[in-house]
Amino acid sequence: MNLVDFLLLNGEEFLTLTLQHLFLVGVSTGIALGVGVPLGILLTRRPRFSPPVLGLANIFQTIPSLALFGFLIPIPFIGGVGARTAIVALVLYALLPIIRNTYAGIQGIDPAVREAGRGMGMTDRQLLLMVEIPLAFGVILAGIRVATVIGVGVATIAAAIGAGGLGVFIFRGVAMVNNTLILAGALPAALIALAADFLLGRIERRFAPGRGQLAEVRAV
Amino acid sequence: MHETRAPVVQFRDVALRLANGRAIVKGLSFDVRPGEILVLLGRSGSGKTTTLKLINRLLLPSEGKVTVEGRSTVEWDPTQLRRRIGYVIQEIGLFPHFTVAQNVAVVPTLQGWEEERKRQRVRELLDLVGLDPTSFADRYPTQLSGGQKQRVGVARALAADPPLLLLDEPFGALDPLTRLELQRELKQLATHLAKTLVFVTHDVREGMVLGSRIALFQEGRMVFLGAPAAFLNSQHPEARAFVAALREPQTQPHPSAGEVE
Repeated sequence: MNLVDFLLLNGEEFLTLTLQHLFLVGVSTGIALGVGVPLGILLTRRPRFSPPVLGLANIFQTIPSLALFGFLIPIPFIGGVGARTAIVALVLYALLPIIRNTYAGIQGIDPAVREAGRGMGMTDRQLLLMVEIPLAFGVILAGIRVATVIGVGVATIAAAIGAGGLGVFIFRGVAMVNNTLILAGALPAALIALAADFLLGRIERRFAPGRGQLAEVRAV
Repeated sequence: MHETRAPVVQFRDVALRLANGRAIVKGLSFDVRPGEILVLLGRSGSGKTTTLKLINRLLLPSEGKVTVEGRSTVEWDPTQLRRRIGYVIQEIGLFPHFTVAQNVAVVPTLQGWEEERKRQRVRELLDLVGLDPTSFADRYPTQLSGGQKQRVGVARALAADPPLLLLDEPFGALDPLTRLELQRELKQLATHLAKTLVFVTHDVREGMVLGSRIALFQEGRMVFLGAPAAFLNSQHPEARAFVAALREPQTQPHPSAGEVE
């Protein structure tokens, strides 16, 4: 059976798994954004905490994804089998690029710009909202983009702990030594990753051109 | 006549110490008189910039008291104080994501002016600093030359019509001709608008051109304060070093090339 026939025959399951996949990635990236951006901003205000926090986020990133899912299962409240555990793991993966880019993006802003802002009587909040976040936006968005693409890939492994997603086809295909089945999971996942990368990349570029320092800051 | 009016800024026995006790400035007692251009002159690291930052509360004194318009900077709300004081720095620090008009209108925006009033003020200020509003208002800072950027920097500092302007080597990174041009225009502007200026520089020529009075700094202390004519005749060794530099063609006691970069 070829891939197209398979997908036509199993349309309903394919749709369910795709939606599960998008749900896992969407929710986890959303949570990671909600935690990571404020945390990254906080680190720019208390730079001495940045090595331990970034170090910790780095460690999560180095744990092989299958192992991380496994580690989380026995942990009470966040653990167990299912989507919740998978989302926790995906959040841990997404945090590093988001925190790091938020921090680096804001740290990379020309200090003179910050001094001018403070010298003109901007409050810390105004400086953040009017100057620092807009200037770091391209870099922060690049972090979100990386986090999303990683998330789409790692989410295929969530099937191993019963969280669903396109990984279900992949694991089934591996077990049955059926390449069509593996492709039915892998190809759509790859397409989702590419689409997310393309869309976020376009948004990123919209905030870059002709805006002076942004180009330099992005290079950080 | 100036002497009878209350000083804009007063320093009384001011010192600023680091955590390790080393003083960056010490024993500062002087007044900034309304309408004058007070030039803070000195080598790199002599405490001029620190003194400037003590005025707009970017720094607080560890000893003594700095008073602005009769109120100690400790009592001032920092943002309110800074919005009443124009601030121009050598690196200019224009916001790269704002147009020239938006940059100039920063303080009016912070103070919640209406759009029409802001637009009018921006036109007025760009005219004042010699930039044609129709061709410059909508440009971004990257599309400007160094001299044009600093003109915008000056316009931005003047936006909310502050009585006092602090300038920290504003022309330090400009080419000599643009620099001369801007010095002249600034002096005219200050007189015309009746502003009080505190101007930091390491360039004695610039100090002589601009200053109503010159305050000479050495190792965190003010070692001379007086009119440019008196400065020329000062017997203080540091003053004499600067005056000697003035007589030499285009040299300074400490060419701070590194600072200008």
